[in-house]
Amino acid sequence: MKAPTLSGLFGRKQDASPPPDIEAAALRSDRFRLARESEWQRLDTIITAMEKGRLRSLSDDDVLALPALYRTAASSLAVARETSLDSATIAYLESLVQRAWFQVYGPRQGFVRWLAGFLGGGLSRAIREIWPEILVALAVMVAGVATGWLLVSGDQDWYFSLVPSQFADTRIPGASREVLMESLSTTDSAGGLSGFAAYLFQNNASVSILAFALGFAFGIPTLMILLKEMATLGAMLWLFSTRGLTLDFAAWLSVHGTTELFAILLAGAAGLHVGRSMAFPGGRSVMAAAAESGRRAAIVMAGVVMMLIVAALLEGFARQLVGDTLERLAIGGSMLVIWCAYFFAFRRVPPSAER
Amino acid sequence: MNVRDRQSAFIAKRQRTVLTPEGLALPFIVGSRSARIGALILDYLILLVGTIAVTIAMAYIGLPLREMEGGDGAGEFLAVLWTIFWFIAWNGYFMAFELGPRGATPGKRIVGIRVAARPNAAGSAGRLTPEAVIARNLLRDIELFMPLILVLMAPTGAGGPAAMAATAWFLIFALFPFFNRDALRAGDLIAGTWVVEAPRTKLARALSVEGGAHGASEVTGATYRFGDEELSIYGEYELQTLERVLRDNQAEAMEAVHAAICRKIGWTPGAGDERAFLEAFYAQLRARLENDMRFGRRKADKFS
Repeated sequence: MKAPTLSGLFGRKQDASPPPDIEAAALRSDRFRLARESEWQRLDTIITAMEKGRLRSLSDDDVLALPALYRTAASSLAVARETSLDSATIAYLESLVQRAWFQVYGPRQGFVRWLAGFLGGGLSRAIREIWPEILVALAVMVAGVATGWLLVSGDQDWYFSLVPSQFADTRIPGASREVLMESLSTTDSAGGLSGFAAYLFQNNASVSILAFALGFAFGIPTLMILLKEMATLGAMLWLFSTRGLTLDFAAWLSVHGTTELFAILLAGAAGLHVGRSMAFPGGRSVMAAAAESGRRAAIVMAGVVMMLIVAALLEGFARQLVGDTLERLAIGGSMLVIWCAYFFAFRRVPPSAER
Repeated sequence: MNVRDRQSAFIAKRQRTVLTPEGLALPFIVGSRSARIGALILDYLILLVGTIAVTIAMAYIGLPLREMEGGDGAGEFLAVLWTIFWFIAWNGYFMAFELGPRGATPGKRIVGIRVAARPNAAGSAGRLTPEAVIARNLLRDIELFMPLILVLMAPTGAGGPAAMAATAWFLIFALFPFFNRDALRAGDLIAGTWVVEAPRTKLARALSVEGGAHGASEVTGATYRFGDEELSIYGEYELQTLERVLRDNQAEAMEAVHAAICRKIGWTPGAGDERAFLEAFYAQLRARLENDMRFGRRKADKFS
């Protein structure tokens, strides 16, 4: 059977000139089927090519005909359900219309368009939308630092349970000022740093994905992770302050810390957002609330991964190569300003705003 | 209940309807849990074999570099590349494939399921967005790896009661798909997605074009004609069973059905021309039932 012409396609069904073998069918419903079969098969071919990602192999005619072919198949299905008892044909049409529906109403955006929308406003909007959770996460993180500090200043043994052993090499209570100063200093060359940065990124990204994922459990484990991580920071801050190195330590940390801690803050907030909307869905159903907040949180998480890449680069290179306290503070401070400006002051509505 | 009935009951339990924007009700079948577990295992096998193969290839290139003069930089570059590759592969594999035109990873494609946007309360479903795919894949850690690690650790009793509590807690996420009727996992819940069967059916032959349905039998030359009386005993269910028998084209099954029909309508069954007989009976029964259908009379099965 030959592919039908466009006029046959758009014309009414009675006009379509029947191929000869239609008369051979004994049943009216089979004649109906044979008259439209070639259109279904053409749609099938187009859909198959699209599913294989071979859009280019399709002719312009085919691409233009797709919506019309889809509607023809959909109406064929509706008619067949009312008039035909041929279950094989109905099953075929159901699968065909379903596949066509996925292609016609599938994700039209390519990755590049999505990324453009994401960077050009989608991310900032999603972050602004979860501001209550950001405040909560911030409060928890500050509380965590304070807890760590207070615990260790009360009893130094806490230091070893709060700070993981990888950080507690020379940086232990009682260490001299010189030793601590040494741990904040730079390395001479950039050798070995990129590997370090890549490792840091992978590690931090995994931690933030976990912090987010735990938010699903109504947000409580997320808060615990934030508290624990920040208590470590508080303990180390106390250690350096005992030797009068508070500012140096803050500068050392701020190079990448403003970006990294911000990213962890956002990951925690995104997790909390999902947890909160499930615990208090408001007027929506829990399912709808979870889906809406989950998608928003996913945008934030994509941003978090991006920030962690930046943080790892800063930590791996800038911190190890820039030794001056003021320069370090300048880098860290300006990163913070840039992120805040991008997230909270950048208010372009993305052109591809859907939903 | 025979196997086929049980199968169709299992399918009916998973059948859902989604409204397209054209107002057409499209049936969807929620992917079975066993299919999804199979797909998951296949995907992780592919991922594991793939990443290990790349790792070995990189080591093969990277190790000789160490001996070379100034090979350190290249070696380190390779290490960075490997770390990033590992992260992207394990986190991006599912996202990249599920965002593709088929909405399925290779494992899902093999078992014939795909990811789709879940319909809202009104029954209409939207597009599958990148956000949804990202969201459903971010929860993999707590749904799969953390429970797995804790369950493997539990018998050693290393973590004490806290680890026991954590195990129980994470098992809730791991077993989430077993506690809701759409087999949603936690990731599906927060992403607003579900996993449905993606059947790829071939268009079968039209049955009324050839053989006994159309005219005389090729074997005996006889033309079978059935009266109203004889056609009125069966309904749509029997018609579809007959359709399956004709499409399967198994000699024994056709003989059995032929004998059963002959007994029912009071004919004396002959032998050797079963197919033509069944084709004729099928076509005439279908013509009758479809004709009634046009007037709004439906007969579900022989009991109605």
